[in-house]
Amino acid sequence: MNRREAISSVTLLLGGTLLGAEAFLSGCKNPAADASLSFSATDISFLNEVAETILPATSSPGAKEAKVGDFMTVIVKDCYEAKDQTIFKEGMNKLQEACKKASGKSFMDATPEQRHDLLVALDKEQKEYQSKKKPEDPTHYFRMMKELTLWGYFTSEIGATKALRYVAVPGKYEGCIPYKKGDKAWAT
Amino acid sequence: MAEQTFDAIVVGSGISGGWAAKELTEKGLKVLMLERGRNIEHIKDYVNANKEAWDFPHRGRKTQEMIKDYPVLNRDYPLNETNLDYWVNEKESPYTEVKRYDWFRGYHVGGRSLMWGRQSYRWSDFDFEANAKDGIAVDWPVRYKDIAPWYDYVEKFAGISGNRDGLVQLPDGQFLPPMDMTCVEKDASKRLKEYYKGARQMIIGRTANLTVAHEGRTNCQFRNKCWLGCPFGAYFSTQSSTLPAAQKTGNLTLRPWSIVTKVLYDKDKKRATGVEVLDAENNQTYVYKAKIIFLNASTFNTSWILMNSATDIWPDGLGSSSGELGHNIMDHHLGVGAGGRVEGYEDRYYYGRRANGIYIPRFRNLFGDKRDYLRGFGYQGGASREGYRHEVAEMSIGAAYKDALTEPGSWTMGIMGFGEIIPDHANKITLDKNKKDKWGLPVLSFDAELKENELKMRKDMQEDAKEMLEAMGVKDINGYDANGIQGRGIHEMGTARMGADPKTSVVNKNNQVWDAPNVFVTDGSFMTSAACVNPSLTYMAFTARAADFAVSELKKQNL
Repeated sequence: MNRREAISSVTLLLGGTLLGAEAFLSGCKNPAADASLSFSATDISFLNEVAETILPATSSPGAKEAKVGDFMTVIVKDCYEAKDQTIFKEGMNKLQEACKKASGKSFMDATPEQRHDLLVALDKEQKEYQSKKKPEDPTHYFRMMKELTLWGYFTSEIGATKALRYVAVPGKYEGCIPYKKGDKAWAT
Repeated sequence: MAEQTFDAIVVGSGISGGWAAKELTEKGLKVLMLERGRNIEHIKDYVNANKEAWDFPHRGRKTQEMIKDYPVLNRDYPLNETNLDYWVNEKESPYTEVKRYDWFRGYHVGGRSLMWGRQSYRWSDFDFEANAKDGIAVDWPVRYKDIAPWYDYVEKFAGISGNRDGLVQLPDGQFLPPMDMTCVEKDASKRLKEYYKGARQMIIGRTANLTVAHEGRTNCQFRNKCWLGCPFGAYFSTQSSTLPAAQKTGNLTLRPWSIVTKVLYDKDKKRATGVEVLDAENNQTYVYKAKIIFLNASTFNTSWILMNSATDIWPDGLGSSSGELGHNIMDHHLGVGAGGRVEGYEDRYYYGRRANGIYIPRFRNLFGDKRDYLRGFGYQGGASREGYRHEVAEMSIGAAYKDALTEPGSWTMGIMGFGEIIPDHANKITLDKNKKDKWGLPVLSFDAELKENELKMRKDMQEDAKEMLEAMGVKDINGYDANGIQGRGIHEMGTARMGADPKTSVVNKNNQVWDAPNVFVTDGSFMTSAACVNPSLTYMAFTARAADFAVSELKKQNL
């Protein structure tokens, strides 16, 4: 975000609508990242499936093809504070437990419908939690996963160019042109 | 000690240093331009300029490692992955804070001309006369009529896009065609004008981005990646504009890695004779001689050089005889404003990424308005449509949610104030001789803060923002005041102020240091007051004017 974007950004002040990165926009009062944190190939596959459930392949490729699972681990490892890293990692286990409880299966073994229903329930849970939590309380783990999924997907090459519209060199600016329902939003 | 002689030395290669080098070389002088940091070559060294968002491992965001290495930069938006190399290495170049001061620096050829916000506004006589009318600090020894021809001159070369709005407090300039407003901005502008019966206006920002090809440079391609360095040379920077012009003369020698540690002074002739340079790479000392010296090392670093110069005559340094060197730090205080949602316009959109926004010029304490504080503020901002980050009601997971996110969301509009800080002797920098930088040089210590006038003004800055957005038809308006800190505006000014009297100012009306008339200070250091508009265009105008004066004095053998 450059100065111009910072100046006119309203998203930051409307509260609750910024999906992407709020976990580390909060500052650096807490201990920095734990460098020993690591994610296995199994973890990445799992996160890719979580992301794919949130943003599945439709007329455009899904989050898995955009390697959002890998992206999540890079951000959590390099950008998150230690306390948020812990919440994220523990959250992966919590998600698994919730899945077993709901369907009797691990997330990887669950059907797409079971995965979808589980994440709908978790999303409801995080929204309720986030709306009631005090500012100093930690972010809900599924909020983190969802934010990272949206951010990671729509800023990936696949997300930006296939789900959204992207022109690397627009060449001109037109401030007021028609839009018709169904036209894609500009990436970035 | 190696020694070399030039006609003129320019210390610093940012916006004002680049102008000094261009003007002096074009007038036939052999010029040495010294830059404390590395070289950055136009286009070739803009290593991230053609990367896409997905080419950055952290998609542009800061990492915990960056936060650890750049604790000052981390205080605001500049800490990011995409142009990190353009910001000073904080470990190598620390400073002391008696009070918190956010100092965002760029130590390389081009300085912050590579990363600047490019908003370019003229001062008016409301600004030049302000100190005299309010009876504070000292009067500017110049008026708008003295500077106006130089605004014309620098605008014609730099290329400033803007609309001729006919506003007394914000004089029109030599503009390239203006950029477009969005549909929402166009209507909001009309509503604002009607509601306040013409007393408040919202105009398109005036910016140093080329809307048409100009002076051999390509027009803006609307990528909105300016601060990575522009491969099209489509915004004004030292590299795109003044440096090639200076090099074309064959009269320029550019020396990167050159930290000027002092101006050398001949007390019998009362003239500077040259500068001493510490080579930042090999730690050797070099001496360069010249007839005239332009200090454009950036506000504060120019004063740092003066504080370290001629200390055998003046213990507090060259230019300190008035007692004002290092004092009267100013900036623009910001981080206060409002934003909200705009209903409708669902059938309207835009094409391209506009590296510009709207501007609401100052209206407070003007034209009969009278507040319980002095001076005023302007706003920058804009209206755009939300992208994938918008919430979609009742859809949270899955295919329908994803498809909904691929369409633009509602329109939002935000404005943020830029307020004038009045000069105050108590806001100052001093040398901290107990702390040293990587090269063993003493560092600056900052003791500056927002005072009562600014704090009172901030209340209006938020309330007026909310009221105006409402008048524009914006809904769900939220105001904010994110705690103004000096320095955060990245518009540092003062510490070597201009005036009519050597007893109360550091430089005269031609930017000459009173105690050494062949030393010119034309970066933000010379500013006597701050106005509320972005300052760089004013530095350009004063620099070109001072260079013209310097060469004519040189010819008359007055220097």
